[in-house]
Amino acid sequence: MSLRSPLSRARGLGSAKDGVHHFWVQRVSAIALIPLTLWFVFSVANLAGGDYHAVRHWVSAPSVAISLVLFILTMLYHSALGVQVVIEDYVHHEGLKLLSLMGQKFLHAIVAAASVYAILRVAL
Amino acid sequence: MTTKTPVDNRPLSPFMLGQYYRFQWTSLLSIIHRVTGVGLSVGTLLVAAWLIALAMGPVVYADFAKHLTAWYGQVLLFGWTWALMYHLGNGIRHLFWDIGWGFDIKVAEKTGYAVVAASLLLTAAAWAVAYFL
Repeated sequence: MSLRSPLSRARGLGSAKDGVHHFWVQRVSAIALIPLTLWFVFSVANLAGGDYHAVRHWVSAPSVAISLVLFILTMLYHSALGVQVVIEDYVHHEGLKLLSLMGQKFLHAIVAAASVYAILRVAL
Repeated sequence: MTTKTPVDNRPLSPFMLGQYYRFQWTSLLSIIHRVTGVGLSVGTLLVAAWLIALAMGPVVYADFAKHLTAWYGQVLLFGWTWALMYHLGNGIRHLFWDIGWGFDIKVAEKTGYAVVAASLLLTAAAWAVAYFL
């Protein structure tokens, strides 16, 4: 016998009221990152030894600039989801946990904004 | 929200290793997955710094590139490449678990070896492209 109410079971949101959202978006971003990561690593490896102008030229192609924005944003989103779980696992002091959870979100957002700005600055 | 601190001092998961927990190949890979994940979060700052340096002009970029091509920069980049390739490969292993495939211990051990081999091969391939192409 389950002690869960029928409404609670139908909603399927669990005690944190978040359901499987975190699990799901971690998987979706992971799948998106498979092609993006391989593309990024091998493109940059191919660029190695290239000077400032060669790299700028590469980034200014629209397809590259768009892919870079997708890569950096998806990676930072996936990173924020992962770091959140690590903090929840190991930081047991309630106040410190709350602060570091918020802090890591802000930090990821700042890096995201700065990276997109940099890409657009070069590409446009 | 979680409850207050536990009343007794039971050992929690990361501190179980060694004393209470038998060494297993699969658990080692799991730990490496988390460690590389955290490492890559920091490594993302490197990618962002590279893009920002590129946007700031040739002088700043040349300075940044000087550090990346120095021995310590190359060691860092090599570590980043391997961590990325390992986390990618083991992430795919996790995705297969998510659809219910590969939970058998013998299979999980074998896919673990495959992931480590693939991460080394992909890292070697990326560096071969960087140095020889």
